[in-house]
Amino acid sequence: MDAILFLLFATIAVVCAVNLVLQKHPISSALSLVGVMGSLAVLYLLLGGEFIAMAQLIVYAGAIMVLFVFVIMLLNAGTEQRTKRHLWASYAGIPLIAASLGLGAYIIQRALPSTEGVKFGGFQGGGAYEIGKKLFEVYVLPFEVTSVLILVAIIGAIVLASKEVN
Amino acid sequence: MPQLPIPETAPISWYLTLSAILFALGVAGFLFRRNIITVFMSIELMLNAVNLSFVTFSYKLRQVDGHIFSFFVMVVAAAEAAVGLAIILTVFKNRQTLEIDEVSSLKN
Repeated sequence: MDAILFLLFATIAVVCAVNLVLQKHPISSALSLVGVMGSLAVLYLLLGGEFIAMAQLIVYAGAIMVLFVFVIMLLNAGTEQRTKRHLWASYAGIPLIAASLGLGAYIIQRALPSTEGVKFGGFQGGGAYEIGKKLFEVYVLPFEVTSVLILVAIIGAIVLASKEVN
Repeated sequence: MPQLPIPETAPISWYLTLSAILFALGVAGFLFRRNIITVFMSIELMLNAVNLSFVTFSYKLRQVDGHIFSFFVMVVAAAEAAVGLAIILTVFKNRQTLEIDEVSSLKN
């Protein structure tokens, strides 16, 4: 059951990622990216990361993608122009990519031949309680630094976006 | 009912393979696309692939540290998206284009 769930959502993620790279219009790419993030959130749940799965859905698939779609709509981004490709690139490209991806997958499977299976509920320490405890005891300094980072990002975005063009 | 050839649970290596495949697709989009927004989305795809690796190793080691790393990656990605999209807005206001080949002032 766990393997079937993994295969289902891994297939959705890979198909959406391929669609992201291949689509000509940015809106189609953005919607494919939402599909990747949603299926990755399900995989995080399988791995026992409830907090990370929810953060993925809310922060990534919610906030960041809304920002992307907003900018695409605001700039009225159209389809991108294609340059003419080499003849062999248009024929050999997809088989070569498939071959290299298959080779990479084979190498990883050979390097880790008998890893343990991921069982749902096999790791219980991924809830908000455990993450908060670790975040405020061990990683408190990086956590505070990220607040400064976010502040700098807010100020930078406002300054950049509100600059007048002369 | 015949037994399916797939195992009961998905091994750790399958998750790492999926992470590698997503990262490679992100690199391909980053290199081959010419729309600046799509290039930006490819970077987000790569960050997501790395997050999957972090969470997988966190499961393997039974420690929550990997979740915290991927949490920090999300924070950095949010800041990067805010600043990067503001830069894209400024570039578009100045040049009326989103093609990365036409924005080449820093080249030579």
